[in-house]
Amino acid sequence: MYVADKILPELPAPSNAKGLVHWLKTNLFSSPLNILMTLLGLYLIYKIFPPVIQWAFIDATWVADTREECLGEGKGACWAYISNRFGQIMYGFYPPEEYWRPNLAGILLIVLTLSLFIKNMPKKLWLGAFILLVFPFIAYILIHGGFLGLPEVGTDKWGGLMLTLIISLVGITAALPLGIILALGRRSKMPIVKSISIIFIELWRGVPLITVLFMASVMLPLFLPQGSDFDKLARAMIGIILFQGAYVAEVVRGGLQALPKGQYEAAAAMGLSYWKSMFLIILPQALKLVIPGLVNTFIALFKDTTLVLIIGLFDLLAIIQNVLGSDASWLGFFTEGLVFAAFVFWIFCFNMSRYSMALERKLDTGHRS
Amino acid sequence: MTERNTDIKPSKPPIWNDPKYRSLFFQILLIFGVGYFLYSIVQNTLSNMDARGISTGFAFLSEKSGFDILQSLIPFNSDSTYGRTFTVGILNTFLVSALGIFFATLLGFMIGIARLSNNWLLAKLAAIYIETFRNIPLLIQIFFWYTVVLSAMPSAKNSLSLFDSFFLNVRGLYLPAPVTESSFLYTTITFVIALIAVFILKRWAHRRQEKTGQQFPIFLTSLAVLILAPLLVFFASGSPLTWDIPTLKGFNFKGGITIIPELFALLLALTIYTATFIAEIVRSGIKAVAHGQTEAALSLGLTPSQNLRLVVIPQAMRIIIPPMTSQYLNLLKNSSLATAIGYPDLVSVFMGTTLNQTGQAVEIIMMTMIVYLTLSLLISLFMNWYNAKMALTER
Repeated sequence: MYVADKILPELPAPSNAKGLVHWLKTNLFSSPLNILMTLLGLYLIYKIFPPVIQWAFIDATWVADTREECLGEGKGACWAYISNRFGQIMYGFYPPEEYWRPNLAGILLIVLTLSLFIKNMPKKLWLGAFILLVFPFIAYILIHGGFLGLPEVGTDKWGGLMLTLIISLVGITAALPLGIILALGRRSKMPIVKSISIIFIELWRGVPLITVLFMASVMLPLFLPQGSDFDKLARAMIGIILFQGAYVAEVVRGGLQALPKGQYEAAAAMGLSYWKSMFLIILPQALKLVIPGLVNTFIALFKDTTLVLIIGLFDLLAIIQNVLGSDASWLGFFTEGLVFAAFVFWIFCFNMSRYSMALERKLDTGHRS
Repeated sequence: MTERNTDIKPSKPPIWNDPKYRSLFFQILLIFGVGYFLYSIVQNTLSNMDARGISTGFAFLSEKSGFDILQSLIPFNSDSTYGRTFTVGILNTFLVSALGIFFATLLGFMIGIARLSNNWLLAKLAAIYIETFRNIPLLIQIFFWYTVVLSAMPSAKNSLSLFDSFFLNVRGLYLPAPVTESSFLYTTITFVIALIAVFILKRWAHRRQEKTGQQFPIFLTSLAVLILAPLLVFFASGSPLTWDIPTLKGFNFKGGITIIPELFALLLALTIYTATFIAEIVRSGIKAVAHGQTEAALSLGLTPSQNLRLVVIPQAMRIIIPPMTSQYLNLLKNSSLATAIGYPDLVSVFMGTTLNQTGQAVEIIMMTMIVYLTLSLLISLFMNWYNAKMALTER
């Protein structure tokens, strides 16, 4: 009788179940339909990517001083146009010799925010409060000037990517507290508080941002007592904050609803007042739950800032559309400008959405099924 | 043992600490606050408008508008009233939103299913598509497609034509328009009757399948009934239909139906942008259906496509519908970006041109907002009804 007294060595996988051929067979050519799909996909790639790469990289003009150098048979994209107008695209009509001021504000913000991510940073709460409450004023003094010997640069000179970032950052920071208040109001037991919150939220959520911006730029001056005057940027900002507040409120409400009832009851049983139970027990948990949702709202807001071009502010897209579009020395490169703007927005939005997904995985405590 | 004192009642808190009175007090305060706020806004607005000499009221709606609109679904010319511009704008918004919702749903479902495909190339292409177009602002995409569409079209003189009745140039796509005579009514009636017949047939087939298990080729039969019956009546009543073919007059085409490039570019951008979101919703909905369902379906002998159609998608629909509703609402609201390229939608025609000409900001912005609010409300009511219909009926 034969008894195997040792484990036989593993045999290698059969040659048709591994390697490139097997991968191709299972992933690309597993059935007639799949073969058709693969061929269709390859055709699409062939039709789209080579011409785009040819236009954007191989035939492109990277360095040029005048428009004429970009023109001619077989010339592709004219990126020289972007680099020649880079200052305007980034800062709008901000005087070039003062570019260091927004730069400094930006660097300050980045350093402060990054230090929030250092693990053992002491006094994180104070730092966060500083960024939210004090930094905006520092940034305003730096960018607007008029104080401390800095020459004044009015908001009508602000523009480009700088303005896009300012609008979206101010929008989200101001909309967050508004949204939290509205979300709490919507879940309040007081009928009047509740209905006012619902009406406010649904009103803003039911109309397009454009109408809100129109309202802010045309109707807001009528609403205020005579003589009080806001500049255009502030009016647009008010519209965006109210609009965004309603969206934030719905996200926060989702978090409030996701908390088990026991948390509310426990807080009440401890004898905490309404505001204490909200700020110490409920909101810290609810806000943590909705951080990914808030990041997504911020992405939407960031993309929506392009709409301010319709009421005549010069954000990144408006600079490309209106100012550079009518610039005689570089006429006819609108497509390049649009592609560049799309690329800038894409980089920001793509990375934020990746960050939101990573956060979602990190914060997922596995309590929900 | 001391006797328990049962007479002690919880002491009443002082009135300023009683939750009932407190909430009453706060709410009254809030009402007065909001009321005063609204009152002062109305007062300020009235005095401001008075100072600037802006007239109020809705009399302007019956005044002559004096401008022309590029595309209108109802007859419109510069003699028409401002009230009519309002209607034209609403209809144009409707048109682009309805078409956009239709195409975006179609494309979104295709891309969403493609992203889950076991074909590696297809799944990766779908992912690239979604990640590219979702992260670029819609307004940039609208501008982009508008320039692309315009630059790809030939000028009016060198129009592309097909059978000398379809023309394509930079001003739009010109199609022959059907002109019906009065006896065409019979064909329409037949079509409606055929629709009802198909509906009844479908219910009958469903009931028979429930009872006996026999299937009825419902799709092919319905198609035949829907096409053949009206066609028969059409020819029997003497083909009461002629075509109004567009012809080149001077620099432009006259007659027929015109699809303006603005509509095309806007529709393209809205479809491509919204489809990315719909695709992600579809993908997550399908992934949320337990894999056991697919295994059970396949072990019962259903083909993969039957599994998708009869088992997975009906269950996924329950998860898909609520977020889909908000995408439809977004599309409707995003269609207002039309004003950037001059497609004559409500915002562009009414809140743009009409507002500029009459200066009656308050009335016009209010009317526009009410239209969008109503439409949003209607869509969400419809989707709620549909959601309730599709929801799991637990026995």
